[in-house]
Amino acid sequence: MANQFDVIILGGGPAGYVAAIRSAQLGMSTAVIEKEKLGGVCVNIGCIPTKALLHSAYIASLLREAKEFGVEAGAVKTDYGVAMQRSRRVSDQNSKGVEFLMKKNKVTVVKGAGVLQPGRKVKVGSDTYEAKKAVLIATGSRVKGLPQIGLEINKTTVISSDEALFLEKAPASMAIIGAGAVGMEFADIFHAFGTKVMLIEALPRILPLEDPEASDALAKSYKKRGIEVIPAAKVKKGTPGKDKMTLEVEANGATQKIEVATVLMAAGRAVNTENIGLAECGVQVTDRGFIKVDQSLQTTAPGYYAIGDVAGPPMLAHKGMREGVTVTEIIAGKKPHAIRYDNVPSVTYCHPEVASIGLTEDQCKERKLDYVAGKFPFSANGRARGTGETEGFVKILRDKKYGEILGAHIVGGHASEIIHELAVARENEYTVEEVELAIHAHPTMSEAVAQAALDSLGRVVDM
Amino acid sequence: MATNVYMEALSPTMEEGRVVKWHKRDGDPVKTGETLAEVETDKAVMDLVARADGVLRQITAAEGQTVAVGSVVAVIAAPGEAVGAAPASAPKPAPAPAPGGGERGAAPSAATPADATRVKASPLARRIAKEAGVDLKLVTGTGPGGRVTKRDLESAGGGVPAEARPVAAQPAPQREVPLPAPRSPVVTRGGAAYEDVPLTQIRKTIAKRLATSLGPIPHFFLTIEVDMERASEARDALNKQLGDQGKVSFNDIIIKATAHALTQHRACNAWFQEDHIRYWNEVHIGMAVAVEDGLITPVIRNADLKSLAGIGGEAKELAERARNRRLQPNEYTGATFSVSNLGMFDIDQFTAVINPPEAGIIAVGSIVEKPVVVEGQLTARRRMRITMSCDHRVIDGATGAAFLRTLKQMLENPLAMLL
Repeated sequence: MANQFDVIILGGGPAGYVAAIRSAQLGMSTAVIEKEKLGGVCVNIGCIPTKALLHSAYIASLLREAKEFGVEAGAVKTDYGVAMQRSRRVSDQNSKGVEFLMKKNKVTVVKGAGVLQPGRKVKVGSDTYEAKKAVLIATGSRVKGLPQIGLEINKTTVISSDEALFLEKAPASMAIIGAGAVGMEFADIFHAFGTKVMLIEALPRILPLEDPEASDALAKSYKKRGIEVIPAAKVKKGTPGKDKMTLEVEANGATQKIEVATVLMAAGRAVNTENIGLAECGVQVTDRGFIKVDQSLQTTAPGYYAIGDVAGPPMLAHKGMREGVTVTEIIAGKKPHAIRYDNVPSVTYCHPEVASIGLTEDQCKERKLDYVAGKFPFSANGRARGTGETEGFVKILRDKKYGEILGAHIVGGHASEIIHELAVARENEYTVEEVELAIHAHPTMSEAVAQAALDSLGRVVDM
Repeated sequence: MATNVYMEALSPTMEEGRVVKWHKRDGDPVKTGETLAEVETDKAVMDLVARADGVLRQITAAEGQTVAVGSVVAVIAAPGEAVGAAPASAPKPAPAPAPGGGERGAAPSAATPADATRVKASPLARRIAKEAGVDLKLVTGTGPGGRVTKRDLESAGGGVPAEARPVAAQPAPQREVPLPAPRSPVVTRGGAAYEDVPLTQIRKTIAKRLATSLGPIPHFFLTIEVDMERASEARDALNKQLGDQGKVSFNDIIIKATAHALTQHRACNAWFQEDHIRYWNEVHIGMAVAVEDGLITPVIRNADLKSLAGIGGEAKELAERARNRRLQPNEYTGATFSVSNLGMFDIDQFTAVINPPEAGIIAVGSIVEKPVVVEGQLTARRRMRITMSCDHRVIDGATGAAFLRTLKQMLENPLAMLL
């Protein structure tokens, strides 16, 4: 039967397409059903285009400082539309790359919106596809607004990242609601393109899930650059005007009215669990709306599995990708390495970058762990001085008794790249000693990792 | 498909195992990791665990029966699965499950049989095991390639066999364990004055067997030669410093060093108490003093905490009162370890008799100038021989040797006592 596959995957985002490739590698006939472009939010309206825009922003700020480095570039002019077009080309290349990978691995791609049916079947339009082994639900998530306070996404004055990524020009002013990774990155981008940016966060500090020291470092850096940061703020009301929005924001015990051209909603995401036939197949969801899964990522309906954002936090592409690999190996009867959800790196690509893994210092305190914090600032790192990237630090939280790396936090240039040394260390249960024993090339930013490890042992060298 | 249950090598030297008790009967459902039977190895009684889920069938080794490692003792069949006729009553030896073979992940069911030859463990797991006194060989690894991870060590009761856990973690050992290891290898102050560790079966047997072969206390002896150059220099310097305020003798230095070394080797600072061993957290040194009609051992209490001059004064005073028969009973009882010194009689080397319930005594010979090779040069050095008598019911050869090595290091580098 032509419409029969071993594995059918609903959704071609990072979790889905990686699952498809691994499934095909394991010799299972595989189909991916995708209603939009392959690559999902990440490739098309998420991780990938924002990284392209962030690099444009980085070039702009680099050129503004170029004189100090002996390079005269004249007056720096920016054009968000051009940067946006470039980011689109990057996204398209990546989406085409995923298409190529599907072909290369002989994965059938079905275009359309799939709806699950009992008996491991998926209906797309009038066609029905049947999975012999498993159906994987990888439908991902989307941005959500706050309609209850008048901040429904209207795609003109109140937008989400979906619209921000397609703007032809940078607005004159912008209030970004939510200072998590998305809010932080767009603040960085639009500020560099000349927008007057205001960053509003409900929790007491920006990047609330990161280590407090990372939040402090970024708040300082943003303020210095002229990005207004308002933490512990409550947006009480949003009133649309002609080409503008007026926000009532309560912070520090006072309510202020803020008038901006655009409001960017960067708080929270909703999972795509509606209209895909979950209830009909017996797939249950949790109180928070995620699909309920067991240790092998199987849902409450046998033969139906969930991976990626729909399967629960952290809602990160790389977590979904790993689930995609693991779930297909389980379906193929293998016994894969258990996913360590406590060892998923978290990265915000603003400048300076913020990357972390494991516990924050606050979490160590909450858990009453006996820990030592080792810290090394990039201002004491030779390579960072050379490139002028002296903001930030590496901080390692070490278990006092056994030297376990409880958590690591990096703020600084290339933090997103440097963190992986510690991800490998933690995955393999290396202690700070093993990290420090590895010879680090000099001069590199990564030396700060070794120095922070040494500092946690009380024998830092370079400071 | 049915999975064979083999007699596994549960200790590195095990060649055969005796089934002590089946925990599961024919037809019982079993889960991976569940205890199927208790097996007596050459060292202890260990659990034989299920390596698959299913129903236990075809038990071929009866309770009390001894079978070779690698023999099939039962099978685990899928529920309802028909299994072939029971193998012949003498089970054919089959290879034990190959450790490290096949693709293995860390999924909860992917347990790996303990590998007796080489232990794969993460650096963190190694460190935790070392400090906690856990034998990694006995822990089932679930990491990549059967590596023991921190989680494996933490899942006590599940993956960690009781034998692998430090004894102190159990309220009372229900089964035999290799050694009644004290909770701490070193003396821990601030808590109870001592810790009673019940005698385990194997210890009881050793105690009985050795006692009948060697007399009431099964002695064994360890001799070590110590370079006393630096101790002599230190003594000369100290005595110059003290001037008229007394003298430090070699005996004082030896008592001090012994007390210090014992704080690091609590296993030797112990009493044999018939059904338990008392490991002391206080160090009281009995000092053998020859008196007119025999011998008495006055006690220098907490010798490890006293200064050399303090020990010297007390030793002199106690010895004098011993000779005058003026000692109170509490002054010659309660030692945790003893020192007997016949060096002043030019005895080169001798063995001392243990003073029960103490588990050890050292016999100190005279300091003699001897030709020795130091850094390739033949030279004359002041040397001294110490022979330790150990109660084998408490102290094993390696335990006593480790203590003597520390004692030697202390005497050869007297400054270490200041650490």
